[in-house]
Amino acid sequence: MTYSQAVLKGDRLALSRLLTQVENDTSEGRAALIELFPHTGKAHLIGVTGAPGTGKSSLVNQLALHYRKTADKRVAIVAVDPSSPFTGGAVLGDRVRMRDLSGDTGVFIRSMATRGSLGGLARSTANMVQAFDAAGFDVIIIETVGAGQSEVDIARLAHTTLVVEAPGLGDDIQAIKAGILEIADILVVNKADRPGVDNTEKALKSMLELAHPTERIFQHHGSSMRTVAPKQDSSSALLWIPPIQRTVSIEGKGIVELAEAIARHAAHLTQSGDWAVRERARIEVELDALIVAELTNRFRRDLPHKQYENMLEKIIHRELSPGEAVKLLMESGLK
Amino acid sequence: MTEKKIRVLVAKPGLDGHDRGAKVVARALRDAGMEVIYSGLRQTPEMIAEAALQEDVDVVGLSILSGAHMALTPRLLELLKNNGQTHVKIFIGGIIPDEDLHRLKEMGVTAVYGPGASTEDIIRDVRMAVAG
Repeated sequence: MTYSQAVLKGDRLALSRLLTQVENDTSEGRAALIELFPHTGKAHLIGVTGAPGTGKSSLVNQLALHYRKTADKRVAIVAVDPSSPFTGGAVLGDRVRMRDLSGDTGVFIRSMATRGSLGGLARSTANMVQAFDAAGFDVIIIETVGAGQSEVDIARLAHTTLVVEAPGLGDDIQAIKAGILEIADILVVNKADRPGVDNTEKALKSMLELAHPTERIFQHHGSSMRTVAPKQDSSSALLWIPPIQRTVSIEGKGIVELAEAIARHAAHLTQSGDWAVRERARIEVELDALIVAELTNRFRRDLPHKQYENMLEKIIHRELSPGEAVKLLMESGLK
Repeated sequence: MTEKKIRVLVAKPGLDGHDRGAKVVARALRDAGMEVIYSGLRQTPEMIAEAALQEDVDVVGLSILSGAHMALTPRLLELLKNNGQTHVKIFIGGIIPDEDLHRLKEMGVTAVYGPGASTEDIIRDVRMAVAG
């Protein structure tokens, strides 16, 4: 039986081994993803991002518990932590906060290291999510690395993105900077039992008032890309205003309300047509990335190594600029 | 295709709360380029086996200072076997009396380390065990 057949039958070990193949981008992993692709597109992908220490893992733990208890949804969690830029090693510690979920076969937690990727996710996170989707998980929660200001890949992958904040992390100037706060579909103020929570919420609120409502159009390869459906009328009735939800995740406070906000957002995506637009944007980014990788591989394979080395030497000796070199290589490589 | 990374689950079964050794080993394996899943204190063999399954690890490192190794280890080995993960190598660190060493190895434990073991030895042994 192939990986994909076993995965579709609900074999957990096969799923786990497939995730490794996908993460390592092996030919077996690629072949299985091709077979599994028709079975994807059903899960609700929820992204959870925010600065280190805001309580993302604990929040994911509580959300998953909530979905298991109230809705009997099967939940997969992909938790990303950083790899060392020097040794390539990693300590993946998100499971420590998710021990409440063990013993439940309706939950599958997989930790992954970024392996040099910088956008808050690893290169193969999207593919691992696809494998979970095909395996029939209803909700897939993707927890990014502790993200600062520009780790915004998650918004391209997830249907609903939660940005987790905690009191005491920054003032209202931080809140109007571009980047991570902009990608929030729902803003979560976690650790809401801490002092300063009112100020944090106020700063986020004023940020929303300054910036919203607006249409979200991603910049992709320098060109813009829609993630919301074009609206027929000029009314803002169909624009989503990110709600702010207070939580104390270690005590489970605010989790029911947060799950309700997530459900409202999912309903909004379907009603407004944004779900389809986001799917399209995501698949377009994926397709482009695959094309770029394949073209690069093919070009490097066809180009004599010596020619490449010569070019490199010339650039190092300032006889040629990298721009000129690319032009020359392209002309000679694409005979 | 990217290079195959060694994945190690570091877990602390049993009720004692001394996790410094486990953290030192986790850090050393990280610095050796491995991906270490750290699952924290007070894990049952069931929780460890489940994590090993979900994370598709090559190695499980157990830190046991409570004296319960002769109860916890066979249970974990049995669970791993039931899950079809007999290829997973088991390493144990902690306070293990000499008379138990032999019995643990017989059960299928790859290596046991006591106080003062060097992290270089552990790294070398893990690499060798995974390479087969």
